[in-house]
Amino acid sequence: MSDINHGRRQFLAQGSALAAGIAIAPGMLLFDFAHARPAGVPASSAVRWGMLIDTTQCESGCDACVTACRKENGWPEPKTAQDVQWIRKVEIKQISTGKQINLPMMCQHCAEPPCVDVCPTAASFKRADGIVLVDKHRCIGCRYCMMACPYQARSFVHEPVVDHSSEMPRGQGTVESCTLCVDRVDRGEQPACVESCAKEGHKALVFGDLNNPNSEISQRIRSVASIKLREDLGLDTAFSFVGL
Amino acid sequence: MAQEKTFAQIESRYFWLLAALGALVVGAGLYSAYFMESHGHVVTGMNNHVVWGMPHVFAIFMIVAASGVLNVASVGSVFGKHVYKARAPLAGLLSIALLAGGLTVLMLDLGRPDRIIVALTNYNPTSMFAWNALLYSGLFTTVALYLWTLMEKRMNPWSKPMGFVVFGWRIILTTGTGLIFAFLVARQAYASAILPPMFIVLSFAWGLAVFLIVQSAMFSWNELKLNPAIQQRMKNLLGVFIVGSLYLVAAYHLTNLYFARESAFEHFILVSGGIYPALFWGGYVVVGSALPLLLIFTPGMGKGIHVLAASLLTLAGAFALLYVFIIGGEAFPLDIFPGYQVISSSFGDGQVASYAPSLPEIVLGTGGLAIAFMITIAGVRALNFLPHDDPKAVHQD
Repeated sequence: MSDINHGRRQFLAQGSALAAGIAIAPGMLLFDFAHARPAGVPASSAVRWGMLIDTTQCESGCDACVTACRKENGWPEPKTAQDVQWIRKVEIKQISTGKQINLPMMCQHCAEPPCVDVCPTAASFKRADGIVLVDKHRCIGCRYCMMACPYQARSFVHEPVVDHSSEMPRGQGTVESCTLCVDRVDRGEQPACVESCAKEGHKALVFGDLNNPNSEISQRIRSVASIKLREDLGLDTAFSFVGL
Repeated sequence: MAQEKTFAQIESRYFWLLAALGALVVGAGLYSAYFMESHGHVVTGMNNHVVWGMPHVFAIFMIVAASGVLNVASVGSVFGKHVYKARAPLAGLLSIALLAGGLTVLMLDLGRPDRIIVALTNYNPTSMFAWNALLYSGLFTTVALYLWTLMEKRMNPWSKPMGFVVFGWRIILTTGTGLIFAFLVARQAYASAILPPMFIVLSFAWGLAVFLIVQSAMFSWNELKLNPAIQQRMKNLLGVFIVGSLYLVAAYHLTNLYFARESAFEHFILVSGGIYPALFWGGYVVVGSALPLLLIFTPGMGKGIHVLAASLLTLAGAFALLYVFIIGGEAFPLDIFPGYQVISSSFGDGQVASYAPSLPEIVLGTGGLAIAFMITIAGVRALNFLPHDDPKAVHQD
């Protein structure tokens, strides 16, 4: 009897746990992933979007992130130094050890962005959630932000723009850079580069909320050694790199 | 009576010929701006790495010289030297003319010059550019008021206090010009607190050189001869300013050389960077500084023609130095990955950026100089800007 009772208790306990899991998990999942903001609600400083780039997972010769960004935001394939590049692949070698590293470079979305400080018209601005953007209606094309950016992250539109993406209008004579796919983020999606990297199976890019200690990015930053580029400048970038 | 003749009275034909030539160059400059705006900056030599090109070299030269030329007025009004006081109106006119020329070039080189109203209505207090917009318009206003106090007899008692205001304002303005670069935290060439004082001393030399050239032209057109004692004093002052400039430029490079993190940049600018060291040593140091000093201080030299040549060479040196400072400073790659060497990048990371000045940029810049020229000759024709020297005053100072 006691055996039967034990089995029944075990069944009830496991069943309850399963039922509770089924009931709570979607809520938990929604809590974790659904960051979509309803229209009209401003970005909140409770969130700080950031990215962790695991260079050990970044494949040499793969430019899926660059292609995805171009497709998403409608900038043409670069051919000259006058063409815009919101994101680029860079291959570097450690001088002391010869270790080779691949990584994507783009706007680092600094907490203290020099581009925002120097912009005379406040066209360069930082949203409450840390995303650094250019208001293309306010940019006068002085290029002071390009002089100020330590990461060469910004490009100037040197030619008339013919093919616009409906979600990311661009304009000749203004400056632009990575927006962290702000429109996708506002819809609760991941930036195009992150999604494409995962699709390729590399998972070198982790995007998420740096303010949420339970987010994957926060947990990874806590558990793996990472650095920010030019940390000496004290700009507190939202991007961290593993393997540098 | 010869002293009382004005440029306008001498030869009307000269004026209209000069005005027509000036208008032609201004027109070409404006067409260049239109060409650049309609096609985009793709028609220039500028790119995503060298974002400020020849137009900035011209514009910054004119803005710095606009401040420096006021030194002539300050020596008169602030320090009470009669010889310079007689030259204050012309210095004021040249300042307004150069500032107008420089700002026009700066504005027309914007990606969206049509949005100038946006720049006037949206103001970011942390931006040095935004502050400079205030400083520039303030200089126009204070210099115009200063000219009024100088040229309207009833206002004469106010010329000294206004002279002080202008003196303070232009020192702040050139500090602001230096700070445009000094605030660039990540560029090896800039981010140095020595830049504002360096620009101030450079402005003294460049402004005085411009003044001496214009003064020499005006005296020659009016068939007047400059008092040798005045000539002597002004050329000595130019010599002192050239030496002062050399000192601050040397201090800037020497402090950089002391920092290990800057040694690669200094090696590039002073030794291995091709056009940049050539322009620095040949253009600025030899042609723009050593030769003018020889022309000024060699016994037997220092006459009118030598001073004119020294002034012209000083300006050639100014352009060489600004080219090295602005374009060389941008061409040197940013150190994004300290301790690493860039093997490949589609965006030129780790590589020296290339830049070749294009015709539209040079014509736009020259158009700015022509605007300054037009304002000067029109001002001189309309009003009495020619320095009138009291022979006794020379010995009073």
